[in-house]
Amino acid sequence: MSELYSPILLTLMLALCVTLILLPLATPIAWWLAQGRGRGREVVGAVVTLPLVLPPTVLGFYLLLALGPFGPGGALASLWGARTLAFSFTGLVIGSIIASLPFMVQPLRNAFAAIESEVLETADTLGASRWQRFRRVVLPLARPGYLVGAIMTFAHTMGEFGVVLMIGGNIPGQTKVLSIAIYDFVERLEWERAHVLAGGMVVFGFVVIWSSLVLGRDRERSEN
Amino acid sequence: MSRILLSAMLLAATALPVMAESVNVAVAANFTAVAEELAAKFEAESGHEVELSFGATGQLYTQITQAAPYGVFLAADTERPEKAIAEGLAVDGSFFVYAQGRLALYGEGVDADNGKAALKGDFAKIAIADPEAAPYGQAAVETLEALGLWETLEPKLVQGESISQTLQFIESGNAELGFVAASQVLGKDVWIVPAELHQPIEQGAVLLKAGEGNAAAEGLLQFLRSDAAVAVIEGAGYSVP
Repeated sequence: MSELYSPILLTLMLALCVTLILLPLATPIAWWLAQGRGRGREVVGAVVTLPLVLPPTVLGFYLLLALGPFGPGGALASLWGARTLAFSFTGLVIGSIIASLPFMVQPLRNAFAAIESEVLETADTLGASRWQRFRRVVLPLARPGYLVGAIMTFAHTMGEFGVVLMIGGNIPGQTKVLSIAIYDFVERLEWERAHVLAGGMVVFGFVVIWSSLVLGRDRERSEN
Repeated sequence: MSRILLSAMLLAATALPVMAESVNVAVAANFTAVAEELAAKFEAESGHEVELSFGATGQLYTQITQAAPYGVFLAADTERPEKAIAEGLAVDGSFFVYAQGRLALYGEGVDADNGKAALKGDFAKIAIADPEAAPYGQAAVETLEALGLWETLEPKLVQGESISQTLQFIESGNAELGFVAASQVLGKDVWIVPAELHQPIEQGAVLLKAGEGNAAAEGLLQFLRSDAAVAVIEGAGYSVP
Protein backbone atom coordinates (compact mmCIF):
# COMPACT_ATOMS: atom_id res chain seq x y z
CA MET A 1 0.00 0.00 0.00
CA SER A 2 2.89 2.37 0.76
CA GLU A 3 3.83 1.91 -2.88
CA LEU A 4 0.68 3.88 -3.66
CA TYR A 5 0.61 6.33 -0.74
CA SER A 6 4.23 7.38 -0.75
CA PRO A 7 4.23 8.78 -4.32
CA ILE A 8 0.88 10.54 -3.71
CA LEU A 9 2.12 12.25 -0.54
CA LEU A 10 5.45 13.13 -2.09
CA THR A 11 3.78 14.65 -5.15
CA LEU A 12 1.37 16.69 -3.02
CA MET A 13 4.33 17.97 -0.97
CA LEU A 14 6.25 18.88 -4.10
CA ALA A 15 3.28 20.69 -5.64
CA LEU A 16 2.65 22.58 -2.40
CA CYS A 17 6.30 23.68 -2.04
CA VAL A 18 6.54 24.78 -5.66
CA THR A 19 3.25 26.72 -5.44
CA LEU A 20 4.21 28.47 -2.17
CA ILE A 21 7.62 29.47 -3.56
CA LEU A 22 6.29 30.60 -6.93
CA LEU A 23 3.58 32.87 -5.47
CA PRO A 24 6.08 35.46 -4.14
CA LEU A 25 8.70 34.66 -6.79
CA ALA A 26 6.42 35.19 -9.79
CA THR A 27 4.73 38.32 -8.39
CA PRO A 28 7.50 40.88 -9.15
CA ILE A 29 8.21 39.25 -12.54
CA ALA A 30 4.55 39.36 -13.53
CA TRP A 31 4.17 42.92 -12.20
CA TRP A 32 7.12 44.18 -14.19
CA LEU A 33 5.90 42.39 -17.32
CA ALA A 34 2.41 43.85 -16.92
CA GLN A 35 3.01 47.34 -15.53
CA GLY A 36 6.74 47.92 -15.84
CA ARG A 37 8.45 50.33 -18.11
CA GLY A 38 11.68 49.92 -19.94
CA ARG A 39 13.22 47.66 -22.46
CA GLY A 40 13.68 43.94 -22.42
CA ARG A 41 10.16 43.07 -21.35
CA GLU A 42 9.53 41.03 -24.49
CA VAL A 43 12.76 39.13 -23.97
CA VAL A 44 12.04 38.37 -20.32
CA GLY A 45 8.45 37.53 -21.19
CA ALA A 46 9.69 35.06 -23.79
CA VAL A 47 12.22 33.50 -21.41
CA VAL A 48 9.60 33.09 -18.70
CA THR A 49 7.22 31.44 -21.18
CA LEU A 50 9.87 29.09 -22.65
CA PRO A 51 9.13 26.16 -20.31
CA LEU A 52 5.65 26.01 -21.86
CA VAL A 53 7.01 25.16 -25.30
CA LEU A 54 10.30 23.38 -24.56
CA PRO A 55 10.16 19.61 -24.28
CA PRO A 56 10.60 18.69 -20.61
CA THR A 57 13.55 16.60 -21.74
CA VAL A 58 15.37 19.80 -22.70
CA LEU A 59 14.86 21.21 -19.21
CA GLY A 60 15.72 17.83 -17.71
CA PHE A 61 18.94 17.56 -19.67
CA TYR A 62 20.18 21.03 -18.70
CA LEU A 63 19.07 20.52 -15.10
CA LEU A 64 20.94 17.21 -14.89
CA LEU A 65 24.10 19.13 -15.77
CA ALA A 66 23.30 22.26 -13.74
CA LEU A 67 22.38 20.36 -10.58
CA GLY A 68 25.36 18.03 -10.84
CA PRO A 69 28.83 18.27 -9.31
CA PHE A 70 30.12 20.39 -12.22
CA GLY A 71 27.24 22.87 -12.14
CA PRO A 72 25.93 25.52 -9.73
CA GLY A 73 23.67 22.93 -8.08
CA GLY A 74 26.68 20.89 -7.04
CA ALA A 75 28.30 23.99 -5.56
CA LEU A 76 25.15 24.70 -3.57
CA ALA A 77 24.89 21.06 -2.45
CA SER A 78 28.47 21.12 -1.16
CA LEU A 79 27.31 23.62 1.51
CA TRP A 80 25.71 20.68 3.32
CA GLY A 81 28.26 18.12 2.17
CA ALA A 82 26.37 16.67 -0.78
CA ARG A 83 27.76 16.43 -4.30
CA THR A 84 24.68 16.95 -6.36
CA LEU A 85 21.14 18.28 -6.14
CA ALA A 86 19.92 15.64 -8.57
CA PHE A 87 18.19 12.69 -6.89
CA SER A 88 16.91 14.95 -4.11
CA PHE A 89 13.60 16.57 -3.22
CA THR A 90 15.36 19.96 -3.37
CA GLY A 91 16.41 19.21 -6.93
CA LEU A 92 12.83 18.35 -7.88
CA VAL A 93 11.59 21.61 -6.33
CA ILE A 94 14.14 23.62 -8.36
CA GLY A 95 13.30 21.75 -11.55
CA SER A 96 9.55 22.07 -11.03
CA ILE A 97 9.81 25.80 -10.24
CA ILE A 98 11.38 26.33 -13.65
CA ALA A 99 8.94 24.01 -15.41
CA SER A 100 5.89 25.60 -13.77
CA LEU A 101 7.00 29.24 -13.89
CA PRO A 102 4.79 30.23 -16.86
CA PHE A 103 1.73 28.70 -15.18
CA MET A 104 2.09 31.18 -12.32
CA VAL A 105 3.40 34.22 -14.21
CA GLN A 106 0.80 34.20 -16.98
CA PRO A 107 -2.40 34.50 -14.88
CA LEU A 108 -0.75 37.08 -12.59
CA ARG A 109 0.44 39.09 -15.54
CA ASN A 110 -3.06 39.14 -17.00
CA ALA A 111 -4.55 40.11 -13.64
CA PHE A 112 -2.04 42.94 -13.12
CA ALA A 113 -2.48 44.21 -16.66
CA ALA A 114 -6.22 44.50 -16.10
CA ILE A 115 -5.74 46.94 -13.20
CA GLU A 116 -6.31 50.42 -14.53
CA SER A 117 -3.65 53.03 -13.99
CA GLU A 118 -6.22 55.50 -12.55
CA VAL A 119 -6.79 53.15 -9.64
CA LEU A 120 -3.09 53.02 -8.89
CA GLU A 121 -2.71 56.79 -9.27
CA THR A 122 -5.59 57.38 -6.88
CA ALA A 123 -3.86 55.22 -4.30
CA ASP A 124 -0.67 57.21 -4.81
CA THR A 125 -2.50 60.52 -4.46
CA LEU A 126 -4.00 59.35 -1.19
CA GLY A 127 -0.46 58.85 0.08
CA ALA A 128 -0.28 55.08 0.06
CA SER A 129 3.19 53.60 0.19
CA ARG A 130 4.07 51.11 -2.53
CA TRP A 131 3.57 48.22 -0.11
CA GLN A 132 0.22 49.57 1.08
CA ARG A 133 -0.86 50.12 -2.49
CA PHE A 134 0.08 46.55 -3.34
CA ARG A 135 -1.59 45.04 -0.28
CA ARG A 136 -4.80 47.06 -0.28
CA VAL A 137 -5.39 47.72 -3.95
CA VAL A 138 -3.47 45.37 -6.21
CA LEU A 139 -3.78 42.17 -4.22
CA PRO A 140 -7.59 42.26 -3.82
CA LEU A 141 -8.04 43.14 -7.49
CA ALA A 142 -5.65 40.43 -8.63
CA ARG A 143 -7.03 37.75 -6.33
CA PRO A 144 -8.66 35.63 -9.04
CA GLY A 145 -5.37 35.72 -10.95
CA TYR A 146 -3.55 34.44 -7.88
CA LEU A 147 -6.09 31.68 -7.43
CA VAL A 148 -5.88 30.53 -11.04
CA GLY A 149 -2.07 30.76 -10.95
CA ALA A 150 -1.85 28.74 -7.77
CA ILE A 151 -4.26 26.08 -9.03
CA MET A 152 -2.55 25.75 -12.40
CA THR A 153 0.93 25.64 -10.85
CA PHE A 154 -0.13 23.04 -8.31
CA ALA A 155 -1.77 20.91 -10.99
CA HIS A 156 1.06 21.19 -13.46
CA THR A 157 3.60 20.22 -10.83
CA MET A 158 1.45 17.23 -9.88
CA GLY A 159 1.64 16.06 -13.48
CA GLU A 160 5.28 16.85 -14.20
CA PHE A 161 7.02 13.83 -15.71
CA GLY A 162 9.88 14.49 -18.11
CA VAL A 163 11.94 16.78 -15.91
CA VAL A 164 11.51 14.55 -12.86
CA LEU A 165 12.30 11.43 -14.86
CA MET A 166 15.62 12.90 -15.93
CA ILE A 167 16.83 14.31 -12.62
CA GLY A 168 15.00 12.24 -10.00
CA GLY A 169 16.71 8.86 -9.89
CA ASN A 170 13.47 7.22 -8.77
CA ILE A 171 14.10 7.15 -5.00
CA PRO A 172 11.02 6.05 -3.05
CA GLY A 173 9.85 8.78 -0.66
CA GLN A 174 12.26 11.33 -2.11
CA THR A 175 11.92 11.60 -5.87
CA LYS A 176 9.50 8.85 -6.87
CA VAL A 177 6.52 11.03 -7.71
CA LEU A 178 3.13 9.99 -9.07
CA SER A 179 3.90 10.17 -12.76
CA ILE A 180 7.05 8.08 -12.30
CA ALA A 181 5.20 5.55 -10.15
CA ILE A 182 2.59 5.16 -12.90
CA TYR A 183 5.34 4.70 -15.51
CA ASP A 184 6.96 2.02 -13.37
CA PHE A 185 3.71 0.17 -12.68
CA VAL A 186 2.98 0.08 -16.40
CA GLU A 187 6.50 -1.12 -17.14
CA ARG A 188 6.20 -3.89 -14.54
CA LEU A 189 2.82 -4.92 -15.93
CA GLU A 190 1.15 -4.04 -12.59
CA TRP A 191 -1.69 -2.41 -14.44
CA GLU A 192 -4.18 -2.52 -11.57
CA ARG A 193 -2.06 -0.18 -9.50
CA ALA A 194 -1.37 1.92 -12.56
CA HIS A 195 -5.13 2.20 -13.04
CA VAL A 196 -5.67 3.39 -9.47
CA LEU A 197 -3.12 6.20 -9.77
CA ALA A 198 -3.88 7.09 -13.38
CA GLY A 199 -7.63 7.19 -12.78
CA GLY A 200 -7.10 9.33 -9.71
CA MET A 201 -5.04 11.77 -11.73
CA VAL A 202 -7.75 12.05 -14.39
CA VAL A 203 -10.36 12.91 -11.76
CA PHE A 204 -7.97 15.35 -10.09
CA GLY A 205 -7.13 17.04 -13.39
CA PHE A 206 -10.79 17.39 -14.29
CA VAL A 207 -11.65 18.96 -10.94
CA VAL A 208 -8.77 21.42 -11.29
CA ILE A 209 -9.71 22.57 -14.78
CA TRP A 210 -13.40 22.75 -13.94
CA SER A 211 -12.74 24.83 -10.81
CA SER A 212 -10.49 27.21 -12.77
CA LEU A 213 -13.26 27.68 -15.31
CA VAL A 214 -15.76 28.40 -12.55
CA LEU A 215 -13.36 30.90 -11.02
CA GLY A 216 -12.86 32.56 -14.39
CA ARG A 217 -16.61 32.80 -14.93
CA ASP A 218 -17.12 34.34 -11.50
CA ARG A 219 -14.41 36.86 -12.24
CA GLU A 220 -16.08 37.87 -15.48
CA ARG A 221 -19.37 38.30 -13.63
CA SER A 222 -17.80 40.48 -10.98
CA GLU A 223 -16.22 42.62 -13.67
CA ASN A 224 -19.44 43.19 -15.61
CA MET B 1 24.45 7.06 -68.22
CA SER B 2 21.22 5.17 -68.72
CA ARG B 3 23.22 2.07 -69.53
CA ILE B 4 25.00 2.30 -66.19
CA LEU B 5 21.71 2.80 -64.45
CA LEU B 6 20.22 -0.17 -66.28
CA SER B 7 23.10 -2.48 -65.40
CA ALA B 8 22.97 -1.28 -61.81
CA MET B 9 19.29 -2.10 -61.71
CA LEU B 10 19.93 -5.51 -63.23
CA LEU B 11 22.64 -6.13 -60.65
CA ALA B 12 20.33 -5.09 -57.87
CA ALA B 13 17.63 -7.34 -59.26
CA THR B 14 19.90 -10.36 -59.33
CA ALA B 15 21.19 -9.59 -55.85
CA LEU B 16 17.67 -9.38 -54.49
CA PRO B 17 15.73 -12.48 -55.33
CA VAL B 18 13.04 -11.45 -52.84
CA MET B 19 11.01 -8.28 -52.76
CA ALA B 20 12.55 -5.74 -50.40
CA GLU B 21 10.33 -5.38 -47.36
CA SER B 22 10.62 -3.29 -44.25
CA VAL B 23 10.31 -4.22 -40.60
CA ASN B 24 9.94 -2.26 -37.37
CA VAL B 25 12.07 -3.70 -34.60
CA ALA B 26 11.62 -3.06 -30.88
CA VAL B 27 15.08 -3.07 -29.34
CA ALA B 28 16.09 -2.98 -25.69
CA ALA B 29 17.97 0.23 -24.92
CA ASN B 30 21.18 -1.55 -23.92
CA PHE B 31 21.52 -3.01 -27.41
CA THR B 32 21.23 0.35 -29.20
CA ALA B 33 24.67 0.72 -30.75
CA VAL B 34 25.00 -2.95 -31.72
CA ALA B 35 21.53 -3.05 -33.21
CA GLU B 36 22.30 -0.03 -35.37
CA GLU B 37 25.44 -1.68 -36.67
CA LEU B 38 23.70 -5.01 -37.27
CA ALA B 39 20.75 -3.34 -38.99
CA ALA B 40 23.06 -1.48 -41.37
CA LYS B 41 24.88 -4.71 -42.21
CA PHE B 42 21.63 -6.59 -42.72
CA GLU B 43 20.18 -3.83 -44.91
CA ALA B 44 23.30 -3.78 -47.08
CA GLU B 45 23.27 -7.55 -47.37
CA SER B 46 19.58 -8.14 -47.99
CA GLY B 47 18.15 -4.92 -49.38
CA HIS B 48 15.42 -4.98 -46.75
CA GLU B 49 14.70 -1.96 -44.64
CA VAL B 50 14.95 -1.98 -40.83
CA GLU B 51 13.38 0.64 -38.55
CA LEU B 52 14.65 0.45 -34.99
CA SER B 53 12.73 1.68 -31.94
CA PHE B 54 14.64 1.74 -28.67
CA GLY B 55 13.25 1.68 -25.18
CA ALA B 56 13.12 -0.11 -21.87
CA THR B 57 12.11 -3.73 -22.39
CA GLY B 58 9.09 -3.32 -20.11
CA GLN B 59 7.80 -0.30 -21.98
CA LEU B 60 8.33 -1.98 -25.34
CA TYR B 61 6.46 -5.05 -24.15
CA THR B 62 3.59 -2.86 -22.98
CA GLN B 63 3.45 -1.30 -26.44
CA ILE B 64 3.48 -4.75 -28.04
CA THR B 65 0.50 -5.86 -25.93
CA GLN B 66 -1.29 -2.82 -27.34
CA ALA B 67 -0.69 -3.87 -30.96
CA ALA B 68 2.37 -1.76 -31.68
CA PRO B 69 3.48 -2.49 -35.26
CA TYR B 70 6.75 -4.24 -34.40
CA GLY B 71 7.73 -7.34 -36.35
CA VAL B 72 10.69 -8.32 -34.19
CA PHE B 73 11.35 -7.90 -30.47
CA LEU B 74 14.94 -7.85 -29.23
CA ALA B 75 14.49 -7.77 -25.47
CA ALA B 76 16.92 -7.30 -22.63
CA ASP B 77 15.54 -10.35 -20.85
CA THR B 78 14.03 -13.72 -21.68
CA GLU B 79 10.93 -13.24 -19.54
CA ARG B 80 9.10 -10.85 -21.83
CA PRO B 81 9.75 -12.56 -25.17
CA GLU B 82 8.58 -15.82 -23.58
CA LYS B 83 5.55 -14.01 -22.21
CA ALA B 84 4.86 -12.65 -25.69
CA ILE B 85 4.72 -16.23 -27.00
CA ALA B 86 2.56 -17.39 -24.09
CA GLU B 87 0.10 -14.55 -24.71
CA GLY B 88 -0.08 -15.26 -28.41
CA LEU B 89 1.68 -12.05 -29.40
CA ALA B 90 4.70 -13.83 -30.87
CA VAL B 91 5.29 -16.83 -33.08
CA ASP B 92 5.74 -20.19 -31.34
CA GLY B 93 9.25 -21.59 -31.63
CA SER B 94 10.80 -18.34 -32.81
CA PHE B 95 12.44 -17.59 -29.46
CA PHE B 96 16.21 -17.74 -29.08
CA VAL B 97 18.89 -16.09 -26.93
CA TYR B 98 20.74 -13.68 -29.22
CA ALA B 99 23.15 -12.25 -26.66
CA GLN B 100 24.31 -12.60 -23.09
CA GLY B 101 25.09 -9.37 -21.32
CA ARG B 102 28.00 -8.68 -19.00
CA LEU B 103 27.54 -6.38 -16.04
CA ALA B 104 30.19 -3.72 -15.48
CA LEU B 105 30.94 -1.34 -12.61
CA TYR B 106 31.83 2.05 -14.01
CA GLY B 107 32.68 5.39 -12.44
CA GLU B 108 35.25 7.43 -10.58
CA GLY B 109 38.46 5.59 -9.87
CA VAL B 110 37.19 2.22 -11.08
CA ASP B 111 39.51 -0.03 -13.03
CA ALA B 112 39.65 -3.63 -14.14
CA ASP B 113 40.72 -5.13 -10.82
CA ASN B 114 39.54 -2.86 -7.99
CA GLY B 115 35.77 -3.25 -8.29
CA LYS B 116 35.18 -4.56 -4.79
CA ALA B 117 37.46 -1.92 -3.28
CA ALA B 118 35.63 0.83 -5.17
CA LEU B 119 32.30 -0.43 -3.85
CA LYS B 120 33.65 -0.26 -0.30
CA GLY B 121 35.10 3.21 -0.87
CA ASP B 122 33.70 6.61 -0.02
CA PHE B 123 30.96 7.79 -2.37
CA ALA B 124 27.51 9.37 -2.09
CA LYS B 125 25.49 7.77 -4.88
CA ILE B 126 25.61 4.55 -6.85
CA ALA B 127 23.35 4.15 -9.88
CA ILE B 128 21.64 0.96 -11.01
CA ALA B 129 18.84 0.33 -13.49
CA ASP B 130 15.37 -0.30 -12.04
CA PRO B 131 15.70 -3.93 -10.90
CA GLU B 132 11.98 -4.58 -11.38
CA ALA B 133 12.08 -3.64 -15.03
CA ALA B 134 15.66 -4.04 -16.21
CA PRO B 135 17.63 -7.30 -16.00
CA TYR B 136 20.89 -5.40 -15.59
CA GLY B 137 19.39 -3.76 -12.52
CA GLN B 138 18.37 -7.15 -11.16
CA ALA B 139 21.89 -8.45 -11.79
CA ALA B 140 23.35 -5.42 -9.99
CA VAL B 141 21.20 -6.17 -6.92
CA GLU B 142 22.26 -9.83 -7.00
CA THR B 143 25.90 -8.77 -7.25
CA LEU B 144 25.67 -6.44 -4.25
CA GLU B 145 23.95 -9.19 -2.26
CA ALA B 146 26.59 -11.73 -3.26
CA LEU B 147 29.32 -9.35 -2.12
CA GLY B 148 27.48 -8.75 1.17
CA LEU B 149 27.21 -5.01 0.44
CA TRP B 150 23.46 -4.69 -0.08
CA GLU B 151 22.61 -3.36 3.41
CA THR B 152 25.37 -0.75 3.37
CA LEU B 153 24.77 0.47 -0.15
CA GLU B 154 20.99 0.45 -0.40
CA PRO B 155 20.66 4.00 1.03
CA LYS B 156 23.06 5.26 -1.66
CA LEU B 157 21.16 3.76 -4.58
CA VAL B 158 19.64 5.83 -7.34
CA GLN B 159 17.70 4.15 -10.10
CA GLY B 160 17.74 4.87 -13.79
CA GLU B 161 14.61 3.90 -15.69
CA SER B 162 16.83 2.07 -18.14
CA ILE B 163 20.43 1.09 -18.47
CA SER B 164 20.98 4.15 -20.71
CA GLN B 165 19.75 6.52 -18.03
CA THR B 166 21.91 4.77 -15.46
CA LEU B 167 24.93 5.59 -17.61
CA GLN B 168 23.72 9.22 -17.93
CA PHE B 169 23.73 9.55 -14.15
CA ILE B 170 27.36 8.44 -14.00
CA GLU B 171 28.56 10.38 -17.05
CA SER B 172 27.02 13.62 -15.75
CA GLY B 173 28.82 13.09 -12.44
CA ASN B 174 25.62 12.99 -10.42
CA ALA B 175 26.43 9.46 -9.30
CA GLU B 176 30.06 8.51 -8.70
CA LEU B 177 29.56 4.84 -9.49
CA GLY B 178 27.09 2.66 -11.25
CA PHE B 179 26.38 -0.75 -12.70
CA VAL B 180 25.89 -0.65 -16.44
CA ALA B 181 26.19 -3.04 -19.36
CA ALA B 182 29.75 -3.78 -20.42
CA SER B 183 28.64 -3.04 -23.99
CA GLN B 184 27.91 0.59 -23.06
CA VAL B 185 31.40 1.28 -21.76
CA LEU B 186 33.64 -0.56 -24.19
CA GLY B 187 37.22 0.64 -24.01
CA LYS B 188 36.68 2.50 -20.74
CA ASP B 189 38.11 1.68 -17.33
CA VAL B 190 35.55 -0.67 -15.83
CA TRP B 191 35.36 -3.65 -13.56
CA ILE B 192 33.64 -6.53 -15.36
CA VAL B 193 31.56 -8.24 -12.69
CA PRO B 194 32.48 -11.94 -12.41
CA ALA B 195 29.72 -14.00 -14.00
CA GLU B 196 29.20 -16.14 -10.88
CA LEU B 197 27.99 -13.14 -8.84
CA HIS B 198 24.66 -12.90 -10.65
CA GLN B 199 22.22 -14.88 -12.78
CA PRO B 200 23.15 -14.78 -16.47
CA ILE B 201 21.66 -11.79 -18.30
CA GLU B 202 20.16 -13.52 -21.29
CA GLN B 203 18.59 -11.39 -23.98
CA GLY B 204 15.88 -13.05 -25.99
CA ALA B 205 14.70 -12.39 -29.53
CA VAL B 206 11.31 -13.31 -30.84
CA LEU B 207 9.31 -12.99 -34.05
CA LEU B 208 6.14 -11.07 -33.31
CA LYS B 209 2.82 -11.89 -34.94
CA ALA B 210 3.02 -8.64 -36.91
CA GLY B 211 6.28 -9.86 -38.47
CA GLU B 212 5.05 -13.30 -39.46
CA GLY B 213 5.50 -13.84 -43.18
CA ASN B 214 7.52 -10.64 -43.46
CA ALA B 215 10.78 -11.52 -45.21
CA ALA B 216 12.59 -8.62 -43.58
CA ALA B 217 11.58 -9.69 -40.06
CA GLU B 218 12.35 -13.37 -40.60
CA GLY B 219 15.56 -12.57 -42.46
CA LEU B 220 16.77 -10.31 -39.68
CA LEU B 221 16.28 -13.00 -37.05
CA GLN B 222 18.16 -15.46 -39.24
CA PHE B 223 20.92 -12.92 -39.79
CA LEU B 224 21.26 -12.42 -36.02
CA ARG B 225 22.43 -16.04 -35.75
CA SER B 226 24.92 -15.79 -38.62
CA ASP B 227 28.67 -15.81 -37.96
CA ALA B 228 28.97 -12.22 -39.16
CA ALA B 229 26.36 -11.01 -36.68
CA VAL B 230 27.76 -13.09 -33.80
CA ALA B 231 31.18 -11.52 -34.42
CA VAL B 232 29.65 -8.02 -34.14
CA ILE B 233 27.70 -8.94 -31.00
CA GLU B 234 30.77 -10.44 -29.32
CA GLY B 235 32.89 -7.49 -30.38
CA ALA B 236 30.43 -5.23 -28.58
CA GLY B 237 30.97 -6.77 -25.17
CA TYR B 238 28.35 -9.52 -25.19
CA SER B 239 28.79 -13.23 -25.30
CA VAL B 240 26.67 -15.45 -27.52
CA PRO B 241 25.59 -18.82 -26.09
